[in-house]
Amino acid sequence: MNLWNRLMCFSRRRSPWLFHMNSGSCNGCDIELIASLTPRYDAEQLGVRLEGSPRHADILCITGPVTRNSVQAIKTVYGQVCGPKAVVAIGSCPATTNVFIDSRTLDGPLNRHLPVDVFVPGCPPRPDAIIQGIAAAAGILAERAAKRWPAESVMVPMADPESACDCTKCDCTKEDKSSADTPAREVQP
Amino acid sequence: MSYKIPMGPYHPALEEPYKLDLICEGETVRDAKLHIGFNFRGIEHLAETRNYIQVIALMERVCGICSNIHTLTLCQSMEQLTGLTPPPRALYIRVVVAELERLHSHVLWAGIAAKLMGFKTMFMTCFELREKVMDVLQAISGNRVNYSMNRIGGVNRDIDDPLAVLAMVQALEREMVRTVIPIFTTSSTARSRCAGIGILTREKALSCGVVGPTARASGLPQDLRRDAPYAAYSEMEFNVPVQPDGDVRARLLVRALEIMESCKILRQALTKMPPGEINTGDAKIVFAAGTATSRVEAPRGEVMYSVSWKQDAKNPSRVHVRTPTFANMPSVRWMVLGARLADTPLIQASIDPCYSCTDR
Repeated sequence: MNLWNRLMCFSRRRSPWLFHMNSGSCNGCDIELIASLTPRYDAEQLGVRLEGSPRHADILCITGPVTRNSVQAIKTVYGQVCGPKAVVAIGSCPATTNVFIDSRTLDGPLNRHLPVDVFVPGCPPRPDAIIQGIAAAAGILAERAAKRWPAESVMVPMADPESACDCTKCDCTKEDKSSADTPAREVQP
Repeated sequence: MSYKIPMGPYHPALEEPYKLDLICEGETVRDAKLHIGFNFRGIEHLAETRNYIQVIALMERVCGICSNIHTLTLCQSMEQLTGLTPPPRALYIRVVVAELERLHSHVLWAGIAAKLMGFKTMFMTCFELREKVMDVLQAISGNRVNYSMNRIGGVNRDIDDPLAVLAMVQALEREMVRTVIPIFTTSSTARSRCAGIGILTREKALSCGVVGPTARASGLPQDLRRDAPYAAYSEMEFNVPVQPDGDVRARLLVRALEIMESCKILRQALTKMPPGEINTGDAKIVFAAGTATSRVEAPRGEVMYSVSWKQDAKNPSRVHVRTPTFANMPSVRWMVLGARLADTPLIQASIDPCYSCTDR
């Protein structure tokens, strides 16, 4: 690792900028994320900053169980974050869809749509836990900064075709499914 | 020539995903359209598949800011169906938790309003103040957001030392009088950003049917805690602050004065709290068939629940929720007419919108 890369790693680890996205959350995790940046917990002293634009951010913080209406927006915003990037899923909702499981208007959990780096479970997680999750994501970001940002990392994995297609109700064969669903899809920035 | 500026659904000025289409002429807003539904989780449908214990946990997660209000209203309407009456101490604990929630919600809103004014120091001050309330809520319930205090026929946890909460109430009151209220009312930054913008006249407020602090800031003296008392509010003495101006400053003042009134209610509830049981026990609960409704004054206004139960059913057959933002939302259109584009984030935030409640 040359000096430039070492410097990049250091700065990525020490100043992760966040973009916060609500994918149908109940506001609990969103308020706790803001609380973790304010004087009591004060993540800002660690260089963490909430940014207004995804293009300025390094870490995408996503809350909520991923409603159908927000899926496309999440993918678009993920494409707008410049690499290297990391995704932190805050709360139990993006991890498992929580109490909203079985809802027909949800398209969660989050890792069906985006590669999630850190899950911070809890309903809602305490601000301490959120800061720990962001710190872990900053470490991952520094590792990624050490390498060249690979082109395939902007590819978003699709949902598993096995789980996407309910075979008890449709008569397609396995070959049909694998040809119909490409394994990865590129997100248009 | 008019042009359309879309704001949202993911915009730094918005705390939640919703979309505001502003039709502008130059810098002046001529019309606004609101698109919601990004938070639609289908909770009302999910509630029909949950039994009476699970439905409380589900409805608590309608909104993370007013989570206690939703379970309180739901439990009140389910108590009407079961015929259970909570013991007096439980009613007082419900008042304490509801008022603590109002405190943290209003302080949070003041912080967000300060941030939208571009007054970041005040935002940080408000959030620091809010942590005092969160400490008490955590000490009472064990959690910072979803308190799970309410159950059918009472509350889940007791307040062991009511007088210890009084110290927080005093500290909060002192800080409000010393810092927050003077800065919001006298500082030229706050005054120039709030006074005279986003005006909702009394007539318009009546025709839109707005509720809560938005109505009280337009000169409509309505408050369910006084008009249709629930829990132990009939035994409390408090005033309902009303401001006639109808602008953002009036809404700010109403909320600031409500914080003081909440402190007053908390002090009475904590000192007068009667001893005794906190719930009606673990006996099997039998629901009567029928529909029960309950109304509660949430921090943002009136919340109404209507719960229907069929004979011998395990799950409710319908849980209908009407949230305050649903009533306040249309008034934003009248507030932003003729406003400057730069003022619209603050104006739309001044009704304290909660779209996760509204979409559900």
